[in-house]
Amino acid sequence: MSKLKVATAWLDGCSGCHMSFLDMDERLLELAELIEVVYSPLVDAKKFPDEVDIALVEGAVASVDDEKKIRKIRAHTRTLIAMGDCAITGNVPAMRNPIGPEAILERAYIENASAQPQIPCVVVPKLLRVVRPIHEFVKVDVFLPGCPPSAQTFHAALTALINGGPLDISALTRFGA
Amino acid sequence: MSQTITIDPVTRLEGHGKITIQLNAQGEVENAHFHVTQVRGFERFSEGRPYYEMPGLMARVCGICPVSHLIASARACEAIMSVRIPSTASRLRNMLNLAQMVQSHALSFFYLSSPDLLLGMESDPATRHIFGVTAARPELGRAGIGLRRFGQYIIELLAEKRIHPGWVVPGGVTEPLAPAKRDEILSMIPEAYTHIGLALDWYKKIADGFKAEIEVFANFPSLFMSLINEDESIEFNGGALRLIGPGGGIIDDGITAAKFTEVIGEAVEPYSYTKFAYYKPLGYPEGSYRVGPLARLNIVKSMGTPRADKELAEFKQLASGPVLSSFYYHHARLIEILYGIEKIEQILSDPLILDKQVRATAGVNRFEGAGQAEAPRGTLHHHYKVDENGKILWANLVIATGQNNNAMNRGILQAARQYVKEGKFTEGILNRVEAVVRTFDPCLSCSTHAFGQMPLALSLVSASGEVVDRVVR
Ligand code: SF4
Repeated sequence: MSKLKVATAWLDGCSGCHMSFLDMDERLLELAELIEVVYSPLVDAKKFPDEVDIALVEGAVASVDDEKKIRKIRAHTRTLIAMGDCAITGNVPAMRNPIGPEAILERAYIENASAQPQIPCVVVPKLLRVVRPIHEFVKVDVFLPGCPPSAQTFHAALTALINGGPLDISALTRFGA
Repeated sequence: MSQTITIDPVTRLEGHGKITIQLNAQGEVENAHFHVTQVRGFERFSEGRPYYEMPGLMARVCGICPVSHLIASARACEAIMSVRIPSTASRLRNMLNLAQMVQSHALSFFYLSSPDLLLGMESDPATRHIFGVTAARPELGRAGIGLRRFGQYIIELLAEKRIHPGWVVPGGVTEPLAPAKRDEILSMIPEAYTHIGLALDWYKKIADGFKAEIEVFANFPSLFMSLINEDESIEFNGGALRLIGPGGGIIDDGITAAKFTEVIGEAVEPYSYTKFAYYKPLGYPEGSYRVGPLARLNIVKSMGTPRADKELAEFKQLASGPVLSSFYYHHARLIEILYGIEKIEQILSDPLILDKQVRATAGVNRFEGAGQAEAPRGTLHHHYKVDENGKILWANLVIATGQNNNAMNRGILQAARQYVKEGKFTEGILNRVEAVVRTFDPCLSCSTHAFGQMPLALSLVSASGEVVDRVVR
């Protein structure tokens, strides 16, 4: 059996979901017998591969880059997993929604700067007016709540997906877990 | 014709970044930039929330070093409450922070950088990752996974949850340490020593093979800053900040959290969502400085634990003054892992660590408070203002990556100039430029706490600003 191609990506998150994924520790080496990580902050692929079996995406959609990324990921992925509360509800990144991007940029780069106050605009992506969860942009196949979901949750969910076994998410995790 | 090389995204890095390299008409490198592309807005959207919520909220700035944010934030809250926390609580928090330092350094060294060091900067990108390392040298890969697990599991034992635990609160911690948990941590220590011993031996053997990289990986005189104790030993929670010059002389000392904003400013560059911290009396960019493991080992006179002190003495032999090449962040990181293990053992050997009094309570006694701590990648500062009901009116965070931002940008320029000649470059050369950034272990989710997300891209742009090339691997 050829290995399943797995990708992980982050949009606007804190990387805590990725850290919890790594918390599978030595079990990752066992999983590596069954899967190949083809795209992730942990490997050197710069381009999202054409065909991915499972993609785990952390974080909400907050910038034009995030939106482009999630559409690209969806187009090339069989099973898309929204990993963690930010990806599923907007969670912490969405706390800026009532304030709007201008006020946030203004505070950080004008008021709280003591030299060269200015809003960065070169190469850096534009922020979306409203931070939204992934499923408002593309179809999500599996929702894995938690802030972050535990390593145990990742392991159980991935094992079920790899083996095609039953997957009862509510027995594994909850929001804020 | 001028050109730009873009590396997007920079990989094996904690966050979103790009690098752009600008070439002139002759194909020589004119300039290079590290772009952080995420913004988040914590400073603004925390306004109006109760101050005691801040540690739990601020931990969500970063899932890699949430503990440092918990601690710096709790300390800022304690300044507002004007309380001194019980000494057992302080030692438990120190241990939590050290456990996090061990896991985060293990992530940086083994998961992110060891593929370059073991397999080679120009090795096949398809296997240049932690799984490749584990396939080539199983005991090394497993040592890295083991050390990261060691740190994360101690956090889980102390605080119930590995990432974003609720145990650290303004005033101390919520639960004392149970004897069974102490014993379990102690039982894990021998294996941790074996793992770090193996890594240090291996690193020292291979370091000589990287002379060329050591020469140009952000190798230049700069200022350095870190916390230090009164007895000049290393410190991650208390003490005060010291700033030294490139020759090792003290430039400023005794910088407490309350004094921090007087002397440290933040500049903005148009190409990055991460700000650039600098020492105000010297101005920007002259007052730029480096933080993190290299800065700490350059500044302190001792570690205060026997095994790490031996390693520190050897480290200090690398240069007559401060060690200047950022390549040595790797070495410093391993020494700090060893220190973390030893110090945790030391802290646990005192029976008072089981004391039940671990939390002080108070209300708002001051309208402003600041707190600082050493995060794995460098000094972290939180500063809040509240009203009489404890509602947050204003907040500012200065994180490690912003303090290393100038050095990272200078470092990639230095390396790019060395390796990109006549407009020619390979995947391996660009990986070397990325590897400069990896030495600093920047955390991009942290550094863009201000409002969003930090992307890192590498482009090669001509002097006229045109993108000459863009490497997609
Ligand atoms: S869900 Fe929680 S752990 Fe995951 S990215 Fe969001 S804040 Fe971080």
